[in-house]
Amino acid sequence: MIDVVLNIVLLLFLLTMAVSILFIRHLMAMAMLFGLYSLLTAALFLVLDAPDVAFTEAAVGTGISTVLMLATLAITGIHKEKRPKIHLPALLLCTLVGGLLVVISLDLPPLGDEQSPALQGVAKHYLEKGKEETGVPNVVTAVLASYRGFDTLGEVAVIFTGGVCVLMLLGHWRQKPSVKVKNKIRITSR
Amino acid sequence: MKSHLLLQVLARYLIPLILLFAFYVQFHGDFSPGGGFQAGAIFSAAMVFYLLAFGLPAAERVLPPSWLRILACFGLLLYAGTGLVDVLLGGEFLNYSVMAKTPLEGQHIGIILIEIGVGMTVASTLTLIFYAFAHWSRLP
Repeated sequence: MIDVVLNIVLLLFLLTMAVSILFIRHLMAMAMLFGLYSLLTAALFLVLDAPDVAFTEAAVGTGISTVLMLATLAITGIHKEKRPKIHLPALLLCTLVGGLLVVISLDLPPLGDEQSPALQGVAKHYLEKGKEETGVPNVVTAVLASYRGFDTLGEVAVIFTGGVCVLMLLGHWRQKPSVKVKNKIRITSR
Repeated sequence: MKSHLLLQVLARYLIPLILLFAFYVQFHGDFSPGGGFQAGAIFSAAMVFYLLAFGLPAAERVLPPSWLRILACFGLLLYAGTGLVDVLLGGEFLNYSVMAKTPLEGQHIGIILIEIGVGMTVASTLTLIFYAFAHWSRLP
């Protein structure tokens, strides 16, 4: 019961955030709202019994990416966004696809259903044999680190590559700091 | 540098707690929610906080970017190296069961090693990305 109430409250807040992000034009406020949106998503993950994902969402989504967005605003010096014109075909397409997704979601198996197709394959093996095969009580760690170790290696490589790319683009440490002040990047929003 | 007294006092009390929590999540990930990725993200959140409170030069004195670059590479190499050691010991790539006398012990060692690798890479990469942004935006 308490789960249902929590879910409804959190989803309502989430909807409010999403709509206000759409309508707000002040970019700093928008970045802060994005952070709050992530925090609410983290709370939802917690209600869904996925604390591992909630951790990541709270630390990366709320903390680091919000600060990165604010830093980007400080670099570009843009603080307001112009009100865009409404593009009718795009609006129609989005409504159509969104409506279709809602209709399809009615066919999804209920939350925690043992008979759902997702739990019939390897997931069953992980849940039943995970502890005795890996000796790790936390099934999420067992799957990520042991059963799906190769996937996680790929993930780490993706993060590493992302970091290398950012450093190649922005990582000019102590290269004549006076130059960049003169040619401060100005991007006008069109 | 502007003085952010409130932020600095808060940072002094909160950062040790955040770091402690990061290490808890890292090494207790087998038993409770968490693991290398979460620990790395929390660790870099602490570094972001430190940078916001004390400025880029101070943060670079605590964790120099050159160290972080090495750590990021080392984490990934530790992960892949664990897999290669398994191959050399006669198992498949990333099959930790061959690393000790019993398969369970091997799994335990392997999982701890790769989680450390993941934590190192994630923590240092995220911190490095933020250093780069902070450098350009001339935050405090």
